[in-house]
Amino acid sequence: MEFLTNLINGISLGSVYAIIALGYTMVYGIAKMLNFAHGDVIMVGGYIAFMTLFYLGMNPLICVLIAICGCTLLGIVIERVAYKPLRQSPSLTVLITAIGVSYLLQNLALLIWGSNPKVFPSIAAGLPSLQLFDGQLNISAETLITIGASVIIMVVLGLFTTKTKMGKAMRACSEDPGAARLMGINVDTTISTTFAIGSGLAAVAGVLLCSSYPTLMPTTGAMPGIKAFTAAVFGGIGSIPGAVLGGVLLGIIEIFAKAYIGTQLADAVVFAVLIIVLLIKPSGLLGKYVPEKV
Amino acid sequence: MQATTATKSAPSFKDRLLEALKGTFGTYFLVVVAFLIVQGFIATGSMSSALQGQLVPICVYVCAAVSLNLVVGISGELSLGHAGFMSVGAFTGCIMASMLAPIIPNDFLRLLISILTGGCFGAVAGFVVGVPVMRLSGDYLAIVTLAFGEIIKNILNNLYVGSDASGLHVSMSSVQDLGMTNGTVIINGPQGAVGISKLSTFVMGFLLIMFTLFVVSNLVRSRSGRAIMAVRDNRIAAESVGINVTKYRLMAFVVSAALAGMAGTLYAMNFSSVVASRFDYNTSILILVYVVLGGIGNIRGSIISATILTILPEFLRFMADYRMLIYAVVLICVMVLPNVPVVQRFMEAFKAKVPWLIDKDALEEPDLAEEGGNRG
Repeated sequence: MEFLTNLINGISLGSVYAIIALGYTMVYGIAKMLNFAHGDVIMVGGYIAFMTLFYLGMNPLICVLIAICGCTLLGIVIERVAYKPLRQSPSLTVLITAIGVSYLLQNLALLIWGSNPKVFPSIAAGLPSLQLFDGQLNISAETLITIGASVIIMVVLGLFTTKTKMGKAMRACSEDPGAARLMGINVDTTISTTFAIGSGLAAVAGVLLCSSYPTLMPTTGAMPGIKAFTAAVFGGIGSIPGAVLGGVLLGIIEIFAKAYIGTQLADAVVFAVLIIVLLIKPSGLLGKYVPEKV
Repeated sequence: MQATTATKSAPSFKDRLLEALKGTFGTYFLVVVAFLIVQGFIATGSMSSALQGQLVPICVYVCAAVSLNLVVGISGELSLGHAGFMSVGAFTGCIMASMLAPIIPNDFLRLLISILTGGCFGAVAGFVVGVPVMRLSGDYLAIVTLAFGEIIKNILNNLYVGSDASGLHVSMSSVQDLGMTNGTVIINGPQGAVGISKLSTFVMGFLLIMFTLFVVSNLVRSRSGRAIMAVRDNRIAAESVGINVTKYRLMAFVVSAALAGMAGTLYAMNFSSVVASRFDYNTSILILVYVVLGGIGNIRGSIISATILTILPEFLRFMADYRMLIYAVVLICVMVLPNVPVVQRFMEAFKAKVPWLIDKDALEEPDLAEEGGNRG
């Protein structure tokens, strides 16, 4: 039973990682940049939801929607101001800019909300938890909502990228931006849209993360951001199913390492597994192997 | 570039001096002059104690930035785990210093041996990490170095080391597990290295910078250095002319890790205690920021940017809570503004006026991007 509880907790944490990793992997696939500020967008999403939940006492669903809108807007602004002028620059320049944006968001949050951790109210307050096997297996409503929300997001995102015009344009741009441009796709707009979607996803991840681990600080997003980045690479960066698989696996590994090896070394185990996988399969679990051309 | 000047009429002294200042000699000269000026300020007592406290960290970050530049600029690999090697050097150096305390009373000598120990263990860590890492490249290499840095931090956070009459005791669980009889605890798990004798001095920092510069600039101009750069510029072409790709990539990585280990020891010995969390990925990224802002592959740029960016928060102190915000804004502006046409034109004019600021050895930026590295 303990095994099953850990497994479900792992899937729940993994789903949050998967949602964050989706944001990373979509942006990477299309703009070839590592958006280090992604983790901090999660944190901003968490704070927006906290404000509306705690001070305004709104319905959790509306709070999530407001957080999504806020983060999407933030993502668009960041992209327009910081990343757009750097479209033609080396990837390291963009990386450092992303780090700058990350510092900026953390310090803005520090000024606005202070360094004291905020206790995030549950988004599932009043909802009963699911009891299975005569109460031996207890699944909290937060866990169920997290897993459910992730599944919905993945299905919608999957349909979006395969069925809609914008989704197809995104895939075309990540395949070959030059050819996509020749086919009449506005690559600039497509990249901006990808950022907006990624940031919106980050808001959802922020709310889900904070309802399971209810401490909200300006640095809350940093570690999940790094872990999700790891998950995206783990699954093969640039691949959407890879991000989901990598995220869920990483969550499960982390919870099991915490349960059976020890909390102190859990992170080391997670990263060690990543290294082993990459050494065996250097392009990640579902990543495409691209041979180097001369 | 300007080799033609020598073949014409004999160049004047001024020309020769300017020529020399553009090269590696100029970099040494810059560091020595900066050192003498600072020493002058200290002697006359016109330097605030807050700024004096920053002197050793500045030296540490300069060394770390120059050594990271060897990997990022010369070898063309994006490494995000540099701080991990610094922490290995810091902890082993502290253990060595603590063991030597009864044997060698001379502070300077003890610090020197500790720094060398830190460098050796940094190199060992670099080798252990480097062998698997060199199978990868690009962003995958970046994430694996980041992962290794975090693993090193996690392990050091769980490490307990103590010494008593019978020698060193190591444990991964608790102080009690060390099984010592009235010995001293050197590394106390999450509390890090404790009870360090503060041996680091600005003079040692200066010497370490000179040593780092010497190693890196000589490596770059050697046969091995040219091989490393050949691998960076075109791996397949380098391989086809018989260069052992893995060997040279690993060489750059290990040398860089050794120098980082030395810098780490110097850093740790500047405080009475130091925790492993001090060397997390944020520190690695901070050093990477120095390298990129100074110009990738440009050694002198790394030195200048590491110095300025370490003192900048100190000078912004009057802005209290806003200083890190300003720092972030400065960082973004420095990265984004050079890509705005108006600023580009201004910079061209500025560079034409002060040519000595630009390192003759400054290398072309390696094209780390898959495409679109068209910076000209």
